[in-house]
Amino acid sequence: MRELLYRLKDRYHLGTPTFQRDDLTFVTVKRDELRAILTELRDVEGFTHLTFLTAVDWIEEGLFQLTYMINNREANQSLGLRVMLTREDEPGATTGDTIHDLWPTAATYQRELNEMFGINFPGSPRVDEEFILEGWTDLPPYRRDFDTLAYSQQTYRERPGRGRSDPKAHMQETLYPDYPKPREAAHAHKEEAK
Amino acid sequence: MKDVDDKFRKDTEKQVPLREELKPRKVTTPDGQEIDIDPLRDYFCDAKPKVHPKAYSKIVEDFYNWARSNSLWILGFGTGCGAIEMRPLMTPRFDAYRYGIQWRPTPRQANLLVISGYLSVKTLKRAIRAYEQMPSPKYVMGLGSCTINGGMYWDSYNTIKRLDDYLPVDMYVAGCMPRPEALLHGFMELKRVIREGKGEGANTYAENFDQYKVNQKAVIKDWDMPDYNW
Repeated sequence: MRELLYRLKDRYHLGTPTFQRDDLTFVTVKRDELRAILTELRDVEGFTHLTFLTAVDWIEEGLFQLTYMINNREANQSLGLRVMLTREDEPGATTGDTIHDLWPTAATYQRELNEMFGINFPGSPRVDEEFILEGWTDLPPYRRDFDTLAYSQQTYRERPGRGRSDPKAHMQETLYPDYPKPREAAHAHKEEAK
Repeated sequence: MKDVDDKFRKDTEKQVPLREELKPRKVTTPDGQEIDIDPLRDYFCDAKPKVHPKAYSKIVEDFYNWARSNSLWILGFGTGCGAIEMRPLMTPRFDAYRYGIQWRPTPRQANLLVISGYLSVKTLKRAIRAYEQMPSPKYVMGLGSCTINGGMYWDSYNTIKRLDDYLPVDMYVAGCMPRPEALLHGFMELKRVIREGKGEGANTYAENFDQYKVNQKAVIKDWDMPDYNW
């Protein structure tokens, strides 16, 4: 994998690669070189399979990160290409470059990203159609500025009486009420030693 | 717009002539009446559900309830992870069939809808349609803490928290997930409830129909079906 990245480094701007495992590497690429790199990796280097395409919301940096995970079955190597996009608050205003002509499955991922993150991919087939959500009117739910707890509290009625307890303490209290609690036991032991 | 996958599909642009038996036509019935039929139209009754009256005497109603309690036919519709706990019940080890409980493939043949686990808004829509297609008297059982108070999906943006806001629930089985033994116990309890004449979920639904519809429409934003279908 290192050797491949050395070869690519002469012609493309690559970030510092992360060697996650022997068969898994991540590297950041520039947005306008992505298509060229992907095409070369697919047609020349044997990375024929697009495993997934997903996004990360870096809200503090004002960025969306797209991760294109591609796989070389022959060499048992996976390579994650990261592309940073400027994050726009308006859903659909952030646009990525569609790669549905390189891998047709990418169209499905891009449709999902458009719905869940509001990252639009102009030219991708059926990208504006609903993918999983039906009749969704709020912010795209995978964005970090979407408050899922507040939305859930406003939309779905809660049943009162919901509480929380430490399972270990609760079961001990229920099953062995006479048994001393761990801290008390340690304390008693210390006093005995004195 | 053409899809990338279109090359694998049949040519949808081409007009296929409608088959003879699907065309709208006039038919003469055996008793000489002329009627129009349109095989491609959806026929459904969108009248509101009605409250099913009790039998004229208590002993007859008790007998009915006893009979109902012994025929719980479940709609095989697994909404969440709890559906996996219903499969062992069909095997010889737990064998729910010995209690007169069996699973059926369509809502028309079932009278018990088991909401097995978390219910997303998208599935809720299908569950409502399935419930309304079932013949009365019908019962709903909520499985697991997700149907009771949201369970681990308490802060989820697309999962309902209380099932009884949207469908009339006759019996809850707590647990995450309830084991098959808990389910069997739940079925026995449901039988007891039905025998006591308290399994009135379908009537509750008919009585509070408007309120249920308000609740359902509050979460299902794209309501694109009749209010009461089939």
